[in-house]
Parts: sequence; C-alpha cells; structure tokens
Amino acid sequence: MVHVSATPVLALRGVSKRFGAVQALTDVELEVHAGEVVALVGDNGAGKSTLVKTIAGVHPIDDGVIEWEGKSVQINRPHDAQNLGIATVYQDLALCDNIDVVGNLYLGRELRKFGVLNEVEMERRSRELLSTLSIRIPSVRIPIASLSGGQRQTVAIARSMLGEPKLVILDEPTAALGVEQTAQVLDLVERLRERGHAVILISHNMADVKAVADKVAVLRLGRNNGVFDVATTSQEEIISAITGATDNAVTRRAARNGEAQK
Amino acid sequence: MSTDNTSKPILAKIADAPAENPAAADGSVTAVDPRLLVREQGLSGYLGEFKRKMKAGDLGSIPVVLGLIIIWAIFQSLNSNFLTAGNLSDISVAMVGTGMIAVGIVFVLLLGEIDLSVGSVSGVAGATFAVLNVTHGMSEWLALILAILTGAAAGAIHGYVFAKIGVPAFAVTLAGLLFWNGFMLQILGSNGTINLDSEGLVAKLTSYYFSDVAAGYGLAAVAVAAYFLSSFFDNRRREAVGVPSRPLSEIIVRTVALAVVAFAVAIMFNQYKGLPLAVVIFLVMLVATDFVLRRTSYGRKVFALGGSVEASRRAGINVVMIRTSVYAISGTFAAIGGLFIASKITSANQGAGSGELLMNAIAAAVIGGTSLFGGRGRTWNALLGVLVIISIQYGLALQGIASPIQYMITGGVLLATVVIDAVTRKTQKTAGRA
Repeated sequence: MVHVSATPVLALRGVSKRFGAVQALTDVELEVHAGEVVALVGDNGAGKSTLVKTIAGVHPIDDGVIEWEGKSVQINRPHDAQNLGIATVYQDLALCDNIDVVGNLYLGRELRKFGVLNEVEMERRSRELLSTLSIRIPSVRIPIASLSGGQRQTVAIARSMLGEPKLVILDEPTAALGVEQTAQVLDLVERLRERGHAVILISHNMADVKAVADKVAVLRLGRNNGVFDVATTSQEEIISAITGATDNAVTRRAARNGEAQK
Repeated sequence: MSTDNTSKPILAKIADAPAENPAAADGSVTAVDPRLLVREQGLSGYLGEFKRKMKAGDLGSIPVVLGLIIIWAIFQSLNSNFLTAGNLSDISVAMVGTGMIAVGIVFVLLLGEIDLSVGSVSGVAGATFAVLNVTHGMSEWLALILAILTGAAAGAIHGYVFAKIGVPAFAVTLAGLLFWNGFMLQILGSNGTINLDSEGLVAKLTSYYFSDVAAGYGLAAVAVAAYFLSSFFDNRRREAVGVPSRPLSEIIVRTVALAVVAFAVAIMFNQYKGLPLAVVIFLVMLVATDFVLRRTSYGRKVFALGGSVEASRRAGINVVMIRTSVYAISGTFAAIGGLFIASKITSANQGAGSGELLMNAIAAAVIGGTSLFGGRGRTWNALLGVLVIISIQYGLALQGIASPIQYMITGGVLLATVVIDAVTRKTQKTAGRA
C-alpha cells in the first residue's frame, strides 16, 4: 500500500439523511485518506448512492458532520464539492456524444485566450493528460459517440482529473464494461492512487474490489456495517457484512466448505 | 496525427494490429491507439477522409450544394434568364430577410428545440419600427434599435418560460406566434399599413448597392486573405506545440476554392448594380455567429446542451441561462429579418410575418444541413438553405407558376431534407458517429 496520511482527506461523522418517511442514512461514518482507495459496497438500497450524493453535494445532509482535511465543512451544492476538490464520475457517464474528446474533457471549464477558445492548448493538454493516464483512444478530435464503452469511461474519469481533485468518487465504473475495459479502468484507478488522490469506488463486483481497494466500507440498510482491510479480510466476510447476517446461506456454505477441507 | 503508421493505407482502421499491447499498457507514454485513424498527408489523404466521411453518413453540406446546382440547372434550362446577374443579385437580396430568421433558427435547432414564433416576432419588429419612426417621429437609429430589442425581449420571454418553468418549447413559441401576431396588429392600428420613408435607413437596407466595383472585389479579396491567414497561423500554432495540423497543401486548396466562389459572386454582383448592402450585412452576421458558435465557450455550451442536457448541467453549465439566451438570439435575428422584409416592401403591413415565412425560415435551416435532433449544424447552413428556397420561389415566378405549386415544391424539398437528416443520423449511429 502507498503511504497514507494521518488526517483523512474526507471524514463523515454520524451523517444522516432522510427522504420523507425513509431514513436513507443513519449515523454513517466514513474516512478516506490521500493515496487510498476505499470501496463502498452494499446491497441495492443500502444507501451507497445516497451517501455519494451527499458527498457530491446533490443531497445536503440532515445531521452529522462532513470534515474535509480535518475541518468541518458544509456541502450544500455540487459546486461546493467541486470547490473543495471532490470530483464525481457518475454511472451514466455525463458526456456529450456530439462533442469531441477535447471538448468533453474541458466542458464547462474551457481554456480561453482573449475570450476565444484556445483549442490548441486544450488539445495539447488533453493529449498530455491522456498519455500520463495511459489512456489510448483513436483520436482526441473524434466525437464521443465513436468511442467504445470502456473508452468513454476512461474519458469520463480523465475528465474528473482535470481539476486536480483531492478526492475522486467513481460510481460503478466497471458495471457495463467487458473484461479488457474493466482491466483498463482498474489500472486507471491504481494510477489515481499512485498520484496521491483519494478514491471512493462504488462497486458490486467483489473481484474489482479485491483487486484495487485498500479498505472496504460496507453499508447495510443505511448504516455502517463494518470497515474491512482488504488484504486481511476474506471475500466471505465482506459478503456476510453486505447481506447482514452471519447465519445465512453464504456463511453456512462457507462453514461447510471449511469443514470439508479439514 | 502520428507518423508511425503512415505506411499503412490511408485512414485505415488497422484491424489486424492487436487491439491491446500489454507492454504499452504499463509504461506507455503516448496516447496513440494502434487502431488510430491515420490520415495521410496531401491530397490523397484529403480524398480518403472525404470517402470515409461519406461512408459514415457525415454528409455535411454536400446534399444541399448538389441540390442547389440541380435546381439552378433545371430553372436555367427552362428559362435562360434565371442565371443572369440581375436575377441572382435579386435572389441574394431577397433571401436576406428569411436568411436572418433562419440564422436564429439554427441556434434553436442546435439545442434540439424549435421556435415557432419567429415569423410573428419579425412582423412585430417591422411594425415597431414603423410606428416609432413614422407615426411618432422617433429617430431612425433609435427606432431600429428598439425594434431589434423588442425581438430580443420576446425571444427571451419564450426562452425563460421554456427553460425555467419547463413548458415544452413547442407550446411556448406557439403561444408566442399568436400573441405577437396580435400585438403587431394592435400597434399597427386600424389603418393596417404604415409606409416607410423610401429613402430612409430601413429602406436602404435592401435598396443600397455599393456601385463601385472595387467594393465587391475588395470584400472577396479580404475574405480570402483572412481565411488563408487565419488557417495558416492556426496551423503554425498547432505545429509549434506538436498537435496534429493540416498540411499546407490542403489550406491552399481550400483557399483557392473559396477564392473561386468569392470572386465569381463578386463578378456577378458587379455586372448588375454592384455589391448589395443587405448581402454584406448577412455575410458579416454569418461570420460573427459562426465564430460565436465554434470559437467561444458560449457556443460550446450551446452544442453541449444539444448533445446532453444532463451532462451539461453536471459540467456546471447554467442551462436556464443558455436556453433563455438562445431564444433571445432567435428573437433578435427574427427582428433583424423582419426589418429586412419590411425594407424590401418599404412598409409594415398586417400580413407581415404570417404565411409561409416561418416555415421557410425553419426549412432553410434544416435544408442547409442543421440537424433537427440537436447538436449538429452551422449558421452557414442558413445561407445555403435559404438560397435553395428563394431560388425555387424566383425560378417558379419566372415561369409564371403560382404559389400553390411553389408551396408543394418547397414542401417536397423540405421532406427530402428531413429524410436525408434522419437517414444520415441512422448511418452515423451505425458508423458510431452520432
């Protein structure tokens, strides 16, 4: 594991969020350090997306404290999160199909020279960024529509890197990808960690989590259900935390298998 | 583009090369994909890219230019007066009113929306000018500016109601169509028609010609030189920082093509009354709007909204502001177009802005190649499209064919165009380009 700083980049303390009659999050705790990949896992409806949205400023929290580099902060709008240095890559990639790769990378923060788009500089920096992330696409001047799903995902992640964020949130980045593309995205996640970014990775795929994450935070029914160190925890333990029972089909099977091996 | 693959066939997607190279995956320092679209230098590369674009359904302005040539050839064979300097010059002046409105429509279509109110708004602008200037004796310039601002305000209202409240643009602008037509009739009063000063500012918009032959040739020369220099220096900057640039030969070919067209048009105008002021204003507007759309971050935002509203919102684009402003631009150009139309007949009357004007403006934008589906198009499309429509009108008028037939033919052309639009969009999807 890469060196991890003492003060977490982001810490959630007792965060709660309610939608009408539904208590979506209850007293959730989460810490992410620089150079650390934290996987956020849980069943459907466990509150992963809600938690991410509270961090990204889409849903302001009702209770609790969000600490950014040790200081308590308010995140009420997506803009607040962006200003702090939080970049979110959503599941539906949020790219414009009709605009080329350069245009998409710089969408909303175009480089200008005398009020005019500085296409040359944007193109140069795009090529530089894509090459430092080892992203390979046919051309930076073709529309996003021409790219494969994996290439789009890598462009979306590269886009989040432009603002030099301290924390990158990836919402199921490998959900719709093939084997090859998944490996590319996981490579990219590791590169983000090497560059000292903190990463929150939401995934349903245990293999991905085991492959790149340092810690696994499990949510169940809107509450914390344990934070595990990936290196020392078995997949079964994580799954039992997700499903929320030590006595269920999975653990029983694990126990049976364990006995059988003895 | 990268040079390491130039020995391969032009633009070939190099399918036989391995898609992934494990050695490159780790320490790769370039963003070059082995399947890179390689473009060969020189003319063969240019032709190759042209072929690839045709296959991918990226037709651009090709259909409309072909259509225009066919239409001109047909009318010329029917009546040898069609392709005379006088007739072409008249067409050029007559198209400016509808063309200006079509420029505004291009902006709206880029969002993937529609503005049905432009006809009525253009009528309001003509009437506002006439009432302020003729009836109330206000100075011409002030009346002109107020008339254009009225159009901008009308458009901004439509845009705001659509963007902020979320009423479909179709419904908002349909309401605008009725409201502004009523507004125009109201301010024109019981008389119905206000005649403009035939020597006044607005009348001059379409009646003034730069009779000095130097004006036409000078403008053509300036346009060609400006095009060449901007392409040339743009390329120099690209080469300096090592991003792909166009070969010099291609810039020269393009410049020569532009020069041929520009000087042919200048010769044509100079054979008749000279360079029309209306055409100069129209060209300036086209250059300005094209610049705004393609070279400013505002234009980039308009295209982004046409591509994906959600993506734009997440990128921090103020969706309400951009939508409102695009409708304000549409209203502004409708007003400018309305003034040119009033100028042509030197009066503001009750029929202004009704009838086929709205349909012609929308048809011009679409025929020119602006996609109805949003996100694709240029304001130059408005020029090509309106040239087709007004050519049909003038050609049929020369033959003494009445407007029912005119409507039917224009309708047919519009249908053919939207079919081409829909089909190319499908082709582009299968070619992964939409």
